[in-house]
Amino acid sequence: MKGEPAVLTGQHFLLGDHACAEGALAAGCRFFGGYPITPSTEVAELLARRLPEVGGLFVQMEDELASMAAIVGASVAGARAMTATSGPGFSLMMENLGLAVMMEVPCVVINVQRGGPSTGLPTLVGQADVMQARWGSHGDYAIVAYSPASPQECFDLTVKAFNTADRFRIPVLVMADEVVAHMMERVTIPPAEAIPRVERKRPAHGPEGNGFLPFKPDDDLIPPMVHAGEGYRVHFTGLTHDERGYPALTAPAHDRLVRRLVDKVRLRESEIVEYEEYCLEDARVVIIAYGSTARSARRAVGLAREQGIAAGLLRPITLWPFPEERVKKLAERVRAFVVPELNLGQISREVERFTSLPVLGVNHAGGAMMPPEPILEAIREVAG
Amino acid sequence: MRQEVRLAGYGGQGIVLAGQLLGKAAAIYDGKEAVFTQSYGPEARGGASSADLVISDGPVDYPLVSRPNFLVAMFQEAYERYRPEMAPGGLLVIDTDLVKPSADEGPYRAVPATRLAEGLGKKIVANVVMLGFFTAVSGLVRREAVEAALRASLAPRLLDLNLRAFATGYDYSSGEGESSPVLSPAGGEEKGEGAVRASGR
Repeated sequence: MKGEPAVLTGQHFLLGDHACAEGALAAGCRFFGGYPITPSTEVAELLARRLPEVGGLFVQMEDELASMAAIVGASVAGARAMTATSGPGFSLMMENLGLAVMMEVPCVVINVQRGGPSTGLPTLVGQADVMQARWGSHGDYAIVAYSPASPQECFDLTVKAFNTADRFRIPVLVMADEVVAHMMERVTIPPAEAIPRVERKRPAHGPEGNGFLPFKPDDDLIPPMVHAGEGYRVHFTGLTHDERGYPALTAPAHDRLVRRLVDKVRLRESEIVEYEEYCLEDARVVIIAYGSTARSARRAVGLAREQGIAAGLLRPITLWPFPEERVKKLAERVRAFVVPELNLGQISREVERFTSLPVLGVNHAGGAMMPPEPILEAIREVAG
Repeated sequence: MRQEVRLAGYGGQGIVLAGQLLGKAAAIYDGKEAVFTQSYGPEARGGASSADLVISDGPVDYPLVSRPNFLVAMFQEAYERYRPEMAPGGLLVIDTDLVKPSADEGPYRAVPATRLAEGLGKKIVANVVMLGFFTAVSGLVRREAVEAALRASLAPRLLDLNLRAFATGYDYSSGEGESSPVLSPAGGEEKGEGAVRASGR
């Protein structure tokens, strides 16, 4: 089979979905288990061709439960592994996403958001899975979710997602939306040696001897990861477990484990959180928008400034963790927040947690990209 | 400056590919910013097909086309559906044989793209004939940039035919009646082969 290299260094005019796939390959992803579903299908379609070219494995699973289980298994075996889905598929992945959290198995899930609930709008855009990304699996946990606003960011943030997943031993989400996934734009892919790579932390000693504790964390609360087949005695389970990995079904053991799973991410939030600022220096009205909607918001900022209103944009690149410290800081000097999103109010609630200023949502349930005009209207309203 | 382009026809005409090639030419080979989008429905093929491009010297914020400055119509229904959305003073480009403009239509440019493609032996390159003509009359993207995009995107066995189709459409603009200010034919490009060698990557 004629093969292109894993890292397609150079400039390309790429679909957002394809940029996610190329980002995965560039990051060293060599396993994809998935079940194609619009509007994420092109991720799977490209990887079905590209993964075998670079010595990787593509498996079309029977459904999304199995897809998620497959990537968890592949990751335990040592591979960088990913799946991609949309709509109902994301719901079906929630149970085994929790398994990855509990077993501390790094993996990446691309969710290209469409209109929901249920089958909803299979081909049309939505942004209503934001809270599901945070809380969709049962139990308490921490998660990292990136929100790309362009095909270039689809590439960059997929690379970053793998590194964050391996660093913290967690599943990481790339929460794209249909507009970003189905637009084509220039994507610059750097040379292979310039692709950032954070490796999984590995045990300091080999598998010989007894007493190795596979879930004993270091000071950073993260245990070094061993892979299946390396000779270590290791037991992975979704049950609450002790440092040996054996079931420990007591209140103290559970509290200790779940706190650690949350704290290993929460205590490093400042190192994970990312956002972009646009025209915020003198802003009186701050728009908080993400994904494709942030592009409409950027236009709205320009239109507002033409009318003499000092508007600016804060664009969360990580939805989770949410840039709450930045919002608190801005709240000290601005007049109001405007939060446009293609759902009936999800990130707007998050913003309300960190300010007593007016927070005006601009909401649509999805099906079409947010136009700039209603955002401009909201800016004018809160600017007074 | 932000320019919005809509290419419209029916499924199978290669409208989407033409739009992607133009976007790639602008973004990769002409130093511009370009965003390509298309309406996305459940149909596999047939029906109306359209491809949208925003081309700009600076970053493109809002990626969708709402008031096209350029409308390329290769199908009567496409013309009727999208003509009212055109920006005032926009440029209409049609396939002479497939679109009959209304009696009150202002100035427009026309090329028998499908007929010219048939003359080249392959009706399916009508999209690239139109792309050549549009490149000439719009002045949006340099000729060499579009040719570079064709070379980078098409399988080698299809390249010669498509470069000839592109040159045929491009050159037609100088002979269609009114002069085109953006046209600077170097001559000898009728056969297409010359054009391939004349413009390096």
